[in-house]
Amino acid sequence: MTVRQTSFRHALYELLSSMRFAIGLLTILAIASVVGTVLKQNEPYPNYAFEFGPFWFEVFETLGLYDVYHSGWFLTILAFLVISTTLCIVRNGPGFIKDMKAFREKAGDNSLAAMKHSAELSGSPDAATLSAYLARHGFRHKRHERDDGSVVIAAKKGSANKLGYFFAHIALVVICIGGLLDGNLPLKIGELLGRIVPETRDVPQSQVPDESRLSPANLSYRGNVTIAENKSADVIFLNAGKGYLVQELPFIVTLKKFHVDYYSNGMPKLFASDIVVTDKASGRETPATVKVNHPLIVDGVAIYQASFGDGGSPVTFKAWNLGQPSQPPATVKGVSLASQPLEAGGARYTLELGEFRLFNIEDTRSGEELAAKDFEARMKDAREVRQDAKFMKNLGPSIAFKLRDAQGQAREYMHYMSPIEQDGARYLIAGVRSQVSEPFAYLRLPLDDDDKIDSFMRLYATLKNPALYDEIARRTAQKAAAGGVISADMQQQFENSVKWILARFGEGGFKGLESFLDERVPADKRAAVAQTYVKILQGAVIDVMDVAQEKAGLAPWPKDGAHYRMLLDGLVATSAMADYRAPVFLQLTDFTQVQASGLQLTRSPGKNLVYLGSLLLVIGIILMFYVRELRMWFLLRDGKVRVAMASNRHNRELDQEFARHRDALEQVSRG
Amino acid sequence: MELSDSLGTTHPLKKLTPGDWLYALVVLAAAGVAFARYGDAMDVYEDAILAGSTLGLIAQGWFWKAFRWYFPLSGALALAGIGLYEQDLARAQSAFGLKYLLSSQSAIMWMCTLFFLATAVYWLGLLKRSDLLTRIASGLTWSAAVMGLTGLFVRWYESYLIAPDVGHIPVSNLYEVFVLFCLITALMYLYYEAKFAARQMGAFVLLVISAAVGFILWYTFDRQAHEIQPLIPALQSWWMKIHVPANFVGYGAFALAAMLGVAELMALKGWLAGKLPAPEVLDEVMYKAIAVGFLFFTIATILGAMWAADAWGGYWSWDPKETWALIVWLNYAAWLHIRLVKGWRGAPLAWWAVIGLFVTTFAFIGVNMFLSGLHSYGSL
Repeated sequence: MTVRQTSFRHALYELLSSMRFAIGLLTILAIASVVGTVLKQNEPYPNYAFEFGPFWFEVFETLGLYDVYHSGWFLTILAFLVISTTLCIVRNGPGFIKDMKAFREKAGDNSLAAMKHSAELSGSPDAATLSAYLARHGFRHKRHERDDGSVVIAAKKGSANKLGYFFAHIALVVICIGGLLDGNLPLKIGELLGRIVPETRDVPQSQVPDESRLSPANLSYRGNVTIAENKSADVIFLNAGKGYLVQELPFIVTLKKFHVDYYSNGMPKLFASDIVVTDKASGRETPATVKVNHPLIVDGVAIYQASFGDGGSPVTFKAWNLGQPSQPPATVKGVSLASQPLEAGGARYTLELGEFRLFNIEDTRSGEELAAKDFEARMKDAREVRQDAKFMKNLGPSIAFKLRDAQGQAREYMHYMSPIEQDGARYLIAGVRSQVSEPFAYLRLPLDDDDKIDSFMRLYATLKNPALYDEIARRTAQKAAAGGVISADMQQQFENSVKWILARFGEGGFKGLESFLDERVPADKRAAVAQTYVKILQGAVIDVMDVAQEKAGLAPWPKDGAHYRMLLDGLVATSAMADYRAPVFLQLTDFTQVQASGLQLTRSPGKNLVYLGSLLLVIGIILMFYVRELRMWFLLRDGKVRVAMASNRHNRELDQEFARHRDALEQVSRG
Repeated sequence: MELSDSLGTTHPLKKLTPGDWLYALVVLAAAGVAFARYGDAMDVYEDAILAGSTLGLIAQGWFWKAFRWYFPLSGALALAGIGLYEQDLARAQSAFGLKYLLSSQSAIMWMCTLFFLATAVYWLGLLKRSDLLTRIASGLTWSAAVMGLTGLFVRWYESYLIAPDVGHIPVSNLYEVFVLFCLITALMYLYYEAKFAARQMGAFVLLVISAAVGFILWYTFDRQAHEIQPLIPALQSWWMKIHVPANFVGYGAFALAAMLGVAELMALKGWLAGKLPAPEVLDEVMYKAIAVGFLFFTIATILGAMWAADAWGGYWSWDPKETWALIVWLNYAAWLHIRLVKGWRGAPLAWWAVIGLFVTTFAFIGVNMFLSGLHSYGSL
């Protein structure tokens, strides 16, 4: 080894174990940590790609910003911190231990006299008195007889202060090792070596190849699995960058029942899963209820309640054929979260049923309109600590679904089952959108006296049936003439207008009328004409309903305000149906709820080490800050006694304490 | 034997006065009554917390004598308020004593008013160099602290009046912890004020408390945040009872230290010359506050990690709140190293303590406002 090498090594050792290096690392670690709090971590990669665009997505991915705390560079900083702390202990430890043990009884006269807290006593107590004094005040001491006959009594207390240094710094190393045990370093190394390859396809778990599976012997993991009621799982899924890994479990988890409970104001009160854990080897069964804050621990694996959602619920729809609305509705059955073919209006569709929800606790603060919320979030997080629940209202069961045509085009729907009261009237609510990024546009179908949409559907069918326009127009014109709104010779012309308006409206709703106005009527007259059209339509709708009831062999509707309002709502809904653009209206009529529980399973053997480190850390901090190291010397020479004191920290307390000791010693020496 | 007493030679227990023992007896009796009445509803951890806090409160009273009247007085006022309720929440609006003094909302409003008053009087006392005025301000701060603790106690009871399943300790949302923050900061300040006989510090420390009070008022009147909400599943844990208070001792201490940092910087610059305590005194109190804050913040973070291990599936998930707690911890760890090992004093560390308050504030509120995570227990 050459001198240069030695000196380089020494310089490196000096640097790594130095204080400024450690402070630098603390600062860098703090700043690096900020990055991961600003950018949401461990999201699915497509989300990042969508947010940042292809270029920055790549850059950020290379930098490991999507999982900062497990990235190579972050772990390197942590590793340096551990090295630095360890070297700091190695470097300072021996000196500290020596210092803790030492009484410094060899202190020279000059150095004792030069101490900031040092004084000659006026009396001259003997060594025995001084020893007794020290013992009484909790000092341990050592007597040193010098060759020249003088005596030094060196005393100290509070050496545990130095012990605090060891505790606190060793604690950090222990915590980091514990954390490392529970980290995913082995997985990362496996991925680097190509032994482990995350699965990126969306395939059934059983088809995931071996290189994406981890054996139950894996030391530590943290993954999730969603289990529907009365279903089981014996694997969990670990998030791994672009894809996922399948972790096999030593047991089978079966979900018996998922419970969710709400307070009277709509805030969630309880999420709990009744599960049975069956050991694969022994067949031993452990039944338990897992709740948020109350995990179940089996064979060192902790099972947590993490989320919940729909587990595939059988649902029944009344399918109203919107192409031929006069036909009675058919029954369609399905299971949520599953797809099935659907034939409507002679065309083939795929009905992709989405999530079924029993409760829809909605924020009603936005007023009359239903809040356009994102219903995409499949699984609700059960562990969130947010609690804003002042304006919550339960909208009842809902089902989301998509209707995909033969060309692959799909529109998305959100149907509620229960009547919802708005502004004193009752409606059935249905949302529609063509883009996931858009909010839902909501349709409000007015409900009749039986709380059904049947009357609306009759109205709709009649409005859409040109064969009935003659009859309706005749009645409307007759009434108008009888009421003196129009003159008798105008009746025929008025009848034609009604027919024409019904036809326009039937084709395209209010928009149909509007586009006609835009094309044919000069801009300055449009408003007036539009008003007339709407008035005629609002008059005719009573007759539309009468005809609809007659055709169905039912009694005519009462002519009162509430029913008239339903009719006007019916016109609005009919018009909006033009944007609904579906061959069928699937009215949710029945369901059997099957819930799913999202469980998180973790194995973290480093936990106890981390807790041990934490305990050491707290003890260390207490010792360092609240135990003061005090040293006291007596120098007995020629019948004179000098007292000196020192502490590891110079502060006002030592000034006062020294003065008090001096006074007390003067008293003692006077006897 | 006065001398040897002050040197700590007598056994600590022998130094206790009859007042100390009486106080201990009162606390023990209160804990006994609480256990007899509510023991059935408590689990073993809550039993341990009750026992621990009983011993802690006794120790606190023995260590800091003023606590011996402060705590029983707040407790007695709270009991008076609870008695006035006669098990009927509606009486908060009809019973005079509740409506204007002892319902939690009234008590907390009194706390707010008294803190504002105290701030003004401290400044007046500082500027006029009036000992009398700062004494009055100190008394106002004590009164505010009494009303604050009373308010929290009564609120605890009120939550059970709403519905038995709604009841919980009032440290569960941003409004409640802000009250706790004001309370703890004020109490820590009052301790140092008495110990260092430097009441001018109050002018600075009360500023940060006033800012928090301003937030409470805005939060109450603009957002109706004072309404008691039931606990969502994630918060239904006994860990909350120890994690949150420990954390707020940390936050309170760091806020206190930062304000003393401001005072020290002004003293070093020669502003308000002759009116401020010596920079060395401010420096020492600042150090002591950060040391105690660091200890409690460490404990709180560890407790938080242990709670997370029960609730979120792991003791550390790099959740934004956890990460920012780590950042705060690293910041003060570095501060303490620089002071204790490098021996820095004066302006640089004072500046650092002031900046530390911004880091702490972000960890406390900023994370809830700007970052998403599991820990956003109160949004604005």
